[in-house]
Amino acid sequence: MAQTTTTTSKRAERGTLGNSAVRPDGLAKVQGRFAFSSDAWADNMLWGATLRSPHPHARIISIDASAALAINGVATVITAADVPGQLTYGLIANDQPVFAKDVVRFAGEPIAAVAADHPETARRALDAIVVVYEVLPALLDAEQAINGSFAPIHPDGNVIRRQKVVRGDQDFVGEVVVEGTYEVGMQDQAFLGLEAALALPDDDGAGVELYVATQWLHEDQKQIAACLGLPLERVRLTLGGVGGAFGGREDISLQVHCCLLALATQRPIKMQYGREESFFGHIHRHPASMVMRHHADRDGTLRRVEVRAVFDGGAYASTSSAVLINAVTHMQGPYRCDIATVDGYAVRSNNPPCGAMRGFGVVQACFGHESQMDKLAAACGLSPVDIRLKNAMRTGDRLITGQIVDSVAPVERCIRETAAISMPPPLAQDADLLDIPGGSGLTAQRSNIRRGVGWGVSIKNLMYSEGFDDYATARCHLTDGVATLQFATAEVGQGFVVLAQQIARSVLGVDTVLLEPISTAIGSAGSTSASRQTWMSGGAVDGACRLVRERLFEHVAAAHQLDPLRLAIDGTDVVDTRGSLRVAVAEAAPGLVLDETFEHHHRATEELDEDGQGNCHVAFAFVAHRAVVDVDPDLGLVKVVQIATAQDVGRVLNPLAALGQVEGGIAQGLGLAVMEEIVLKDGVMRNPSFTDYLLPTSLDAPIVVATMIEEPEPQAPLGAKGIGEPPCISVTPAIVAAIRDATGKALTRVPVRAQDIVFGD
Amino acid sequence: MTVINATSVQEVVNALRDYPDARLIQGGTDMMVEVNLNRARVNDVISLRRVAELRRWHLEPDRALLRIGAGVPFAEMERAPLSLYAPALAQAARTVGSPQIRAAGSLGGNLGTCSPAGDGLPVLSALDAVVHLRSATTERDVSIHDFMVGVKKNLKRPDEVIVAATVPVLQGFSGYAKVGSRNAMVISAASACLVHDAIGGTIRLAFGAVAPTVVRARRAEAWLGEQSNLQGSLTVSPALAREFGQRAAEECSPIDDHRSTALYRRHAVAVLAERLLLRANEYLDSDSRGSHE
Amino acid sequence: MSNEFYRLTVNGKEHDVRDAWTGESLMYVLRERLGLPGTKGACEQGECGSCTVLMDGEAICSCLVMAATAIDAQIVTVEGLTSDPTHTAPTDVQQAFIDAGGVQCGFCTPGFVVAVHHLLDRNPQPTELEIKEAVSGNICRCTGYGRIFAAIELARDQRNTQPKQPGH
Repeated sequence: MAQTTTTTSKRAERGTLGNSAVRPDGLAKVQGRFAFSSDAWADNMLWGATLRSPHPHARIISIDASAALAINGVATVITAADVPGQLTYGLIANDQPVFAKDVVRFAGEPIAAVAADHPETARRALDAIVVVYEVLPALLDAEQAINGSFAPIHPDGNVIRRQKVVRGDQDFVGEVVVEGTYEVGMQDQAFLGLEAALALPDDDGAGVELYVATQWLHEDQKQIAACLGLPLERVRLTLGGVGGAFGGREDISLQVHCCLLALATQRPIKMQYGREESFFGHIHRHPASMVMRHHADRDGTLRRVEVRAVFDGGAYASTSSAVLINAVTHMQGPYRCDIATVDGYAVRSNNPPCGAMRGFGVVQACFGHESQMDKLAAACGLSPVDIRLKNAMRTGDRLITGQIVDSVAPVERCIRETAAISMPPPLAQDADLLDIPGGSGLTAQRSNIRRGVGWGVSIKNLMYSEGFDDYATARCHLTDGVATLQFATAEVGQGFVVLAQQIARSVLGVDTVLLEPISTAIGSAGSTSASRQTWMSGGAVDGACRLVRERLFEHVAAAHQLDPLRLAIDGTDVVDTRGSLRVAVAEAAPGLVLDETFEHHHRATEELDEDGQGNCHVAFAFVAHRAVVDVDPDLGLVKVVQIATAQDVGRVLNPLAALGQVEGGIAQGLGLAVMEEIVLKDGVMRNPSFTDYLLPTSLDAPIVVATMIEEPEPQAPLGAKGIGEPPCISVTPAIVAAIRDATGKALTRVPVRAQDIVFGD
Repeated sequence: MTVINATSVQEVVNALRDYPDARLIQGGTDMMVEVNLNRARVNDVISLRRVAELRRWHLEPDRALLRIGAGVPFAEMERAPLSLYAPALAQAARTVGSPQIRAAGSLGGNLGTCSPAGDGLPVLSALDAVVHLRSATTERDVSIHDFMVGVKKNLKRPDEVIVAATVPVLQGFSGYAKVGSRNAMVISAASACLVHDAIGGTIRLAFGAVAPTVVRARRAEAWLGEQSNLQGSLTVSPALAREFGQRAAEECSPIDDHRSTALYRRHAVAVLAERLLLRANEYLDSDSRGSHE
Repeated sequence: MSNEFYRLTVNGKEHDVRDAWTGESLMYVLRERLGLPGTKGACEQGECGSCTVLMDGEAICSCLVMAATAIDAQIVTVEGLTSDPTHTAPTDVQQAFIDAGGVQCGFCTPGFVVAVHHLLDRNPQPTELEIKEAVSGNICRCTGYGRIFAAIELARDQRNTQPKQPGH
């Protein structure tokens, strides 16, 4: 199933950096031949399935699997008692059980897994397992976790992390003060390709090979091996085709279960979640509540932010502590602000676990700070644009953590270039019903509709923070003008595979770039998250290709008695920059095999101190969004008409892929603004399906007009910043501001629901 | 588990007699969800997909009645010529799920499942449709109002198949409107169908997703008849339309769930009823000017 | 669970299905029994369009078809759209998705490709809104739809300027 992908760019521009090179997996994907992890298959395989708790908090009194084991076709049932290694896993804290042992802490927590000859047999087996629970009161209110009124639901306690950011004169009171309380609902990544894996036991029964859709193969490998009680090298991972990720594949889901079943049965095991189980099986975006007070001078100069932020992490820690520090360190937004009083909590509860999702803590903070900036603008008599321009951060300014923003910081330019984008035409008198809020539901006429405009601007850190060395490894092999690249970078749809080829073509002057399977056979690439792979894995591929090029130049130079420093790549040739030598890369060193591996590390960062001070982040990217919406205020229905955006990207490496990231991120931010929310009642999800968890459709997609701001980032290996997260961050507050503009309603929570518009203040 | 791929209604009713526990499947858009999500363990299944009789529709000879086979897909209702005879049904059909679902789903499924959110049902209710049922030994016609009993409960006996529904072809406006939280592919949070019988001089209004079954706003209908002459062109004032909507909304009994709140649903149906009545008003205005489409 | 036997006609070929559980959807049978994994599943309830196939010329969700009831239908999957006998050349729609950047993770792509073939075969000149409505049952989580619309418009425009089609 894993294949080496081949493409030779047929385009005149050769598919080098800066061109819209064609993705190497594109043809297979459009023809249905691309092997996603759910397409993996092996002779003699069994199907795995997971039994989950219906209760958010309960003691497990007994588990009786005898009736399940008696079903014809059921091979095994495993529980916590069958975990040979570590009983828990986790990205930061090791606190999440492979299977709940004595207690379940969220509705949906795994209790047992079965292997059977058919998915239906497996389902029947799950139904036949008898679990006796003693239901316990559930901790569902984050404030109870903070104030200690609820007994710890986990040995690690009910507060996962508290982090303050304290800076400047703590008694300062601004000439203008605005306050607000903001809430963000629980969003789901809702990647289309459901969790799936195929585990193959080694012949000696003491190791396993796993094909899996994930964001970080090496971290998975580490956690799986620990739970299996196996040395790392006996757990080998290859990336199965990944149908989107958005943060939701950063944590372990079915990986350990699948391997355990394979080792228990000594047969290949396929596991694949359905959509409902997927909602239970991965973490979500943290719901958050934020009380904010912004202080400014009368002219609108931002002076102080006060924030109390509470993020509900759910039952297990996942990346909650990192999400929290992202939120608290970005609370001032992309603005200069000298004084901060921020108090943030990430708490444990019996709600579903939360962790990484595109925007990682900054999405929540941004909804708050941008709502506050609009309030401040109104209080100071400024327009939303003017207040943002007035306070726009520049290179050299400090964050509220004291860290100097030494990244390129074209905040003002992002705002000005967004403002320069033409507004959409007014809604036509004879507009098609599909263009009116309510769409084919025929709820409105043109005369029922009001239009609004709103703004959002954001800052997002790139790469991992707080001292973590999330390096990336890549290998380049060159022979007779054919390059082969190897890396463990998870291609989740973002297009790193084409970028890697573009880098190799540019650096080495080759046309044909082969890609080895993405696996743990090479060193870690870190996670495909934090907008980091273009920078980190791109830097690693670039580094490996440059090493190979040096060796090639040395060889050519020796053959022609030249100084290798005189050589350069021009198109597909090696040329002597001071002479007449010109030889095709493909013919420059017949038969010579060059093979180099390179690790890219970003600069070191620090942990925050008790007051939230320290150089904890690597680099930053900025973006501005302007939303135009049509609203039917009487019914509370919204149609987002246009999103204008200018994004600080450093350098555009593939225009088509960059635009795709921008448009895709905007759609996810739109989803959070007006429709996407996991609804909980007593800790139980009410809407774990695509019937009731609504994603934007083609008829909800706005027109996107995007400008890429290209000011190359000196720190970045290719001059390019990561572009994945910023598009989805400030578009949410921009849309909500536009709805406020159309309706005059306060709208302090997302997603904005129809009833909030109709009945809200 | 047996699958019977019937090719005629007679085969269907015979199979229902022989397999008393059998479930009927037409487009599959309800039943396969239950099977896929492990909500139901189905035993015997009778597929209606190949029963051509169920996929036909026709006008009765006097052209006053339209009989629509239970298996006619929503996609066909959206388009002419069927849309010309039942415009509200066409509008409702266009709001059902996605194009893929509309190619498979049908009134038979709406009636059989009998969810109050079924998009075709408010139209059938507003039109006082008659539902035709057959078994191996019986044949009966049931008013839509009697047919719908409760949430996912109807009057159909296990040995019966829904064959068709008959609705009148009326002179005058008929329209459907549905509120959901996105602009396509959404289950109704509240819906309404309003029909104006310009000859008979009545306005009929039905609501979906705001009570255990689709409900008619009969008191509001009667009240409107007292306030305004409903024969021929309507002359309803905006204030009257607003009061009509508010009165009608009193006749539903919505609930809070994950899709919406009772308060919003009641408000939404009032707005929908008001707007539909104003559209009906507008419709005959333009009709009398001879400029309607 | 069952020893039923039935026969499906997929991409012009007859396939025998034996020993299948009768509750299996057409999507499952295509993927797991007939070796046609191009049809994807992402919701099991007709809400995402990833499993779209043509059944007697209609675009439908194969997850909602009980496979054993599809016995006399002509079924076409993403693998069967090409008129190229070697099944290697992409169709015009497939090529347009590649050229216009309509593919990211690619999981929704086969469903879109089938739905777009269905659209353009019935309506060769769809407007922007007709395009949006025709694919409103196909969810894409990666692209925000912009490059997908561009791909569909590209395929439409190429069909209308080129008399002969690589696809059908």
